[in-house]
Amino acid sequence: MARDDYVKINIGPSHPAMHGTLRVIAETDGETIINADPEIGYLHRGVEKLGEHLTYHQFIPITDRLNYCSAIANNVSYEMAVEKLMGLEVPEKAQLIRLIMMELARIADHIVCIGILGVDLGAFTPFFYLFIQREEIYEIFEWYNGARLTNTFGRIGGVEADLPEDFEARWNELKPNLLKAIDETDKLLTHNRIWMDRTIGTTAFSPEDALNWGFTGPCLRACGVKRDLRKDEPYCLYDRFEFDIPVGKNGDVFDRYWVRMLEMYESIKIIDQAIEMYKEMPEDAPLMAKVPKVMKAPEQEIYSAIESPNGELGFYIKGDGSDKPYRIKIRPPCYMVYQAFPELVKGEMIADLIACLSSLNIIAGELDR
Amino acid sequence: MQLKERIMRCLGSDVLAITEYQGDIVVEVGKNRIRTVMEKLKNDPDLSMDFLSDVLGVDNKALYEKAKKKAKKKDEAEAEEPKGPPPPRFEVVYLLLSLKSNERMMVKVRVPEDDLEVPTVTDLWKAATWPEREAYDMFGIRFKGHPDLRRLLMWDEFPAYPLRKDYPLEGQGEERILIYDA
Repeated sequence: MARDDYVKINIGPSHPAMHGTLRVIAETDGETIINADPEIGYLHRGVEKLGEHLTYHQFIPITDRLNYCSAIANNVSYEMAVEKLMGLEVPEKAQLIRLIMMELARIADHIVCIGILGVDLGAFTPFFYLFIQREEIYEIFEWYNGARLTNTFGRIGGVEADLPEDFEARWNELKPNLLKAIDETDKLLTHNRIWMDRTIGTTAFSPEDALNWGFTGPCLRACGVKRDLRKDEPYCLYDRFEFDIPVGKNGDVFDRYWVRMLEMYESIKIIDQAIEMYKEMPEDAPLMAKVPKVMKAPEQEIYSAIESPNGELGFYIKGDGSDKPYRIKIRPPCYMVYQAFPELVKGEMIADLIACLSSLNIIAGELDR
Repeated sequence: MQLKERIMRCLGSDVLAITEYQGDIVVEVGKNRIRTVMEKLKNDPDLSMDFLSDVLGVDNKALYEKAKKKAKKKDEAEAEEPKGPPPPRFEVVYLLLSLKSNERMMVKVRVPEDDLEVPTVTDLWKAATWPEREAYDMFGIRFKGHPDLRRLLMWDEFPAYPLRKDYPLEGQGEERILIYDA
């Protein structure tokens, strides 16, 4: 068939099935996708340019607006990058509080991804079961620092406050409900005939291709590559915890879903251990490193990355001796994943395009910056 | 052996400068040698930098101007113009990672303003596709051999390169320019 005979379908940038302002121009032959060209930049706010005109501290609230489903991971990633540039040593207790909050954020992020994936494939119930618990996690964030979504968590050199006194009680209250919700989702989806038919084998990807395209995080682990910066390049005391890295096999939509499900159980395990460790720490342990009032970074460049819920979230920062960064480059995990989108969906059905997009967890704020 | 020594042994005379800060190694290489260097780094069994994290551009204009001002202030009496051609304005930085040994390094290429062309690495790592497009979009650095070098975040008709240091933060009023005919 000649090229002119393919039907071009424009999906987005404002469309109920697209997550945020994403746009895909798909060329289709019947229902089969011949080519899909993602167009990004609809949420481009010039975050990197803004960073060059703000001081190191002033940039923290802007990092909230990258991946707004897990703002805390972005905050900590940026703070760790600046601390590396300045050569600051963060006290252990602050690192532990960061770890607990980041794992909570990871659960919240995975809940969003799985819940929305279910909705996109027609399963509405898990969305409600999970989102009630997500709200509870956000209640904890609000309780700790006053914001639900845009947390602006932590400071450069540590964290602003100790955990609230009855944090453990609150976590013990949340944990059974959270486990129950995840179990219910598992029962509703994993062995569901419709779910399996829709997800297994859809947009499968080989590990070699995934590494070549720069995949990280759950999308890479779904392909069977056991790579997690929490284990491979430990930061924030992660090397003292016992947890598994779940991996998939085929790199299809089902595996991405399943890896995220298992990771939530692992995160709960980590938080349990972290609270035990937290209780052993002295109550008056320092929460902040010694930080100068006006922070001036040396004329150097560094790259620092953490395992955010979506994958490797890195910050390249170049200082120029003043109190403002000379250049900030953010390496968002889903940016690298999304560039392989045409290859992922080639030859699949239009409905699978939506399933694939949801399972990759593309967040427009992080993608466009 | 230390990573620095292994890099030196692998690249040899291709290395123009090598620096280390906080464990991050930055290797500077010549613009026309970047393809060979990247291939070597990827395939060398001692290094096997097989994962490309990111590619990014840096505009050093403001940095040079600042250094110039500083030097002038220091000895105003004997202030003289620096000799030789001006240092290249742009930089392209490649962030590499070895999955085997979990080591990271940066490779840096300097790009002068009058010759904004760098060979692409998209055939070595497909991961470079969008980052190179973004560097083109934001700085105007062209990547020779890139399969699809279009603007990425800004729209196609956008007349400037927004992350350059001489582009103002508040913009130049481009949002009011509507282009009806292509």
